[in-house]
Parts: sequence; C-alpha cells; structure tokens
Amino acid sequence: MSVLSVRDLEVTYSTKGGDVPAVRGVSFDIGKGEVLGLAGESGCGKSTIAGAILRLHAAQTKIGGAITLDGEDVLGLSPGKLRATRWTGASIVFQGALHTLNPVQKVGDQIVEAITVHHMAADKEAYVRAGALLEQVGLPPRRIDDYPHELSGGQKQRVMIAMALACSPSLIIADEPTTALDVMVQAQVLKLLRSLQNDLGLAMLFITHDLSVLVEVSDRLAIMYAGKIVEEGAATEVFHTPVHPYTKALAAAFPQIGDPRFRRHPSGLGGDPPDPQHIPSGCPFHPRCAEVTDVCPEIDPQLWEAGAGRRAACVHAVGAPAFEASQP
Amino acid sequence: MKTETIPPVTDLPPPLPPKKVSPSRIRWLRRRRALTRFWAQFRTNKMGLAGLVILLFFIGMAIFSVFANPDRLDPTITTNGPVLAGPSWAYPLGTDRDGISVLSLVVEGSRTSLFVGLTASLISMVLGSAVGIWSGYRGAFSDVVLMRVTDAFLVIPWLALAIVLAAVFGQNLWVIIFIIGLTSWAGTSRLVRAQVLSVKERTYIERSRALGGSDWHVVSRHVLPNVMPVIFANTILTIAIAILSESALSFLGLGDPLHVTWGTIIEDAFSHGALSLDKPLWLLAPSACIVLVVLGFTMVGFAMDEIVNPRIRER
Repeated sequence: MSVLSVRDLEVTYSTKGGDVPAVRGVSFDIGKGEVLGLAGESGCGKSTIAGAILRLHAAQTKIGGAITLDGEDVLGLSPGKLRATRWTGASIVFQGALHTLNPVQKVGDQIVEAITVHHMAADKEAYVRAGALLEQVGLPPRRIDDYPHELSGGQKQRVMIAMALACSPSLIIADEPTTALDVMVQAQVLKLLRSLQNDLGLAMLFITHDLSVLVEVSDRLAIMYAGKIVEEGAATEVFHTPVHPYTKALAAAFPQIGDPRFRRHPSGLGGDPPDPQHIPSGCPFHPRCAEVTDVCPEIDPQLWEAGAGRRAACVHAVGAPAFEASQP
Repeated sequence: MKTETIPPVTDLPPPLPPKKVSPSRIRWLRRRRALTRFWAQFRTNKMGLAGLVILLFFIGMAIFSVFANPDRLDPTITTNGPVLAGPSWAYPLGTDRDGISVLSLVVEGSRTSLFVGLTASLISMVLGSAVGIWSGYRGAFSDVVLMRVTDAFLVIPWLALAIVLAAVFGQNLWVIIFIIGLTSWAGTSRLVRAQVLSVKERTYIERSRALGGSDWHVVSRHVLPNVMPVIFANTILTIAIAILSESALSFLGLGDPLHVTWGTIIEDAFSHGALSLDKPLWLLAPSACIVLVVLGFTMVGFAMDEIVNPRIRER
C-alpha cells in the first residue's frame, strides 16, 4: 500500500488579484521506502504540493482532489486530528534551514518541541531522544545546547533533518533541502538523507529544481510545469532519455563535464514560466517548446503512457494518441 | 492520535547518561545570563541609569512608608502638630491644614501612587498584549474588529471617559486602577500587533505549525517570547502615564478619599489655597515627586527601548 497517494490535487490561492491556480490536477503515489523526486522551475507548484499535504496553506486557499496519507484522508481531517497527523504522519525538511530555526531557542529545545507537542515522551526522555537524533544525523549530542547561530548552514540542515525524524513519520517531505548550501555540504546532506531513508525504510518526497540532485536521490522522478506533471518515470530513465521537450531542455541544461560539445555552448531554455493566471491554451509549454507544431496550442495533453513505467504529457510522445493538425 | 511510546527509529545509539544539571537549574542559569547581558548594555546608558536611581529612591520611599506607618495615615484623624507650619527640623516640609507633616504625606502618597501606576499598567499590558497578539496572529475578521475597537479606545477622550466611569462606579482605588488600565491599553495593542505581524511570517512559525503545534502553542512558544521585550519596554513607559493619570483624576476630586496619593495632596493643597497662604511646599513637594517619578520611568523606559529595539539604538 502506498504511504502517500495524491489524486487530482488542485490548489488555488486566493489573492487580491483573483484566484491563482498554482497546482492544476496532480496525481502521484509514494510507496514505502520509495523516493519520489519532484522537479520544475520556480513557481511551478512544487512547494505548494508540499504545503497541501500537511494543509499548511491559509484557510482561504482552495484545495481540491484527494490526499491520502497512511490511509487517512488529509483533506477531511478535523483541525485537532490534523494537528496530530502533522509531523507524526509526515514531516517537512524546509528550504532554508537558516530561517526555520527560532534564533532565540536552543536547537535541542526545538527538537524536543516536536516530541512534546505530540505528548510522545516526557521532557527528560525527549531530551535524550533529541541527543540521539543529533547523533544519528552526524552531530555530537552535546550540540543540543547550542543556539542556531552557533551552527553552520549544513549543521542547521542536519538539525532540521533530526527534527523531521523526531516523531518517526512514515513520510518525509524534503522541500529543497539543499538550497543555500555549498556543493560539498549539499553532497553530505544528500548522502545523509538518502542513507537515513534507506535505513529507516521511509517514504520521501524530494522537491528541488536541481535535476542532477534528484537523479542521485530519487527512485522515480516527476517533472512539473505550470502546475501539472508533464513527465514521470524511473529517475535515471527520465534524466537520460527524456520524452517531454521540457525535460529534454532541463536535462540538457546540465553540462557533462569533459564532454567537448558542452564547452562554450551552454544550453538553456529561453523564456519565462507562464503566469499561473494566464496559462497558454493547449499545451502550456508550447510557447517555449523547441518541437512545437500546429496542434500544440489546441490540445491540452494528458499524462499518456509513454513506455514501461513512463508517462508523458506531450502530443509527440511515443504513447500519445495521434492528432490531426487542424487546418486554418 | 497520541501514542504512548515512541516507536524506535532504528538502532538508536545507547541513551545518554542523565544530565547532571536539572532542567530548572539550566533555565535559571540561562535567565541569569540573559539578565547579565541586559544589565551590561543598560549600565552604559547614562540616561537609563539616572532614571533607575530616581526610581530606586522612590521605590525605597514606598517600601519605607509601609514600615514607618503600619497603621496607614488615616485622613480622618487629626494630629496635634502645628497647623500650616513652615519648614522646621520637626517638619522639614511644613505641615498641612490638619497639622500633618507634608513629608509624611508625601512618603505615604508614594506607596499608593506607585501601586496605582504599577497595577494599572499591568492591566493595560495584559489587555493590550492579548488584543494585539490575537489581532495580529489571527488576522482577517478578528483583526478588523479588534483594531476598530482599539481605534475607538484611541480616539475617546480618556479624561471624559474616566470622569464618567468614576462617577458611575464611585471613588474607589480599584475603580481608578481599572479605569486607567481600561483607557491606556490601545497604544500597547497597536505596537504588539505590528510586532506580531512581522514575527508570524517567519519560517520557524510555519515549522512550528507543521510540527502539529496548536495556535496556543505557537503563540506561547514562539510569538510571545519574541514580542515580550517590546511589551516590557512599553509597559515601563505606561507606568509613567498611569501615575500621571491617577494624579489628574485625584486633582479633579475623583480620587479615593480614603487613600493619600500625590494627586490628592495637590488637590487638598490647591483647594485650600496653599499658594495664597504662602505654603508653596505643600503644593510643590508632591508635584516634584510626580515629575521625578514620571521622568524616572520615562528615562528607564527609553533606555530599555533602545536595548530591545536595535533599530533605534543609535539615536
């Protein structure tokens, strides 16, 4: 049974300028011990999905579809039950650990906070556990007496990971956990996350815009564009043999070190992601697409099967139904 | 969904040996360190130190009055001292029309004046912080309603309201405290709301909510400690205003006739023509006390404000 199952999720922010559909019908499953990578440009709805799983959005945000976490319907939970599910069912490693820790409290107190909020242990045992958790993420237990400013960026992120493990959740949502860390520390944090996930058999939703990071940590990969998943499949396959033109552009943006073709010819994707309030007709990617044809502005592609365990939302993909180009 | 025990994560390392220091002692040590740091900053502020000296003098006077005059100075009794005497060794500030030493009146008044000031600003602090936090944290409809109520209290001429309330509820010391508290919380709530608005957008607040913390948990653990210094500095300033308000009410004859405060002494002296009787000390001594105490609280308040609010530190 899958730990997390998301069906037709739609998240619409209410703003003064009207409704902003940030996520427009997203479905995926994460099984026990599985890591799903979610990638896409800024503003494509990745973090919005993370917030929706724990219902962290403001009350006026409209959420449609279904989210099932450990067999419980998250969207239907009462406020009290929801609070009890937060962190015990799924926990989040937020982006930017530098601001996620309260600067005026010791890190130990903040890990303990997670345990005592759920009445899982008395203060004393919670402190012992906090020390043990720190040791598990590779920090000396005596660090529980440190304030956040006494830790480096990587250490803070380790503290956040320890905190995410505090209540033994079945799912960990890593929301860009390596942004604002330098590459060496990034690698350490990724290795730590991966090994913990492996050892504890955790399900993990890993969100980042960095495809190369995702290939290293995820089993499966989902690429998002303009609030929808445009391609999904096994991580290495999606990265190395992309089907959707958007994935191709993303993958091509990572230069192969040593490959002369990439020297002096950095490849990128022109244009900007669409404004969620004015999404282009048909395939939302067609204005930026390198393989655009006449049908693209007219047909909104669905996630069609595109080979074994692969799905892609492009009319030109292998498994897509044939469309006649409409005549002008 | 409360679980009794934590399911083991994995092979956890052996539990740590129990800490030698008890948690309450750690907390105490931490507070002491914070206080030491605060004092180190405060002592460099000459204005604040001067204010503190003034306040310590008057607080000492108030404490002294409790022991010096355990029966309280009963305004209904008369003494056999000379009436309206000038300054002398026996009566350094002279006597009033009942032959009571003005010095003992002033000393006695310090206790009630300070008591009224502290208690009223405590009410104002609790009320203002509660309204400010609720309004800032909840936002939306509660914010609109509470802020309109606050606006109303800001624009109501407080003296008129205070006179009406005092007339309705009678001239009791507690009524006066309550009136002052009720008319002075609006500024505090505005200030606290502004702070809460900035604090509640920080990521660790979202983390705390994601942890499963209730609103009460988030507010008491993260929001309140962050706005507390501002509340505290503001309250010190409110005390000065509360003491002034009490004097004003007493001067208008709305004070509690059974308690001697600096305001009632001034009222008594003024209505019996202390100046035309050439007894200026009767009027000036309590007035000077009010000025000094208000000055002291204001100076200490500004000094604290500079410490807790680094943006205005380099004024």
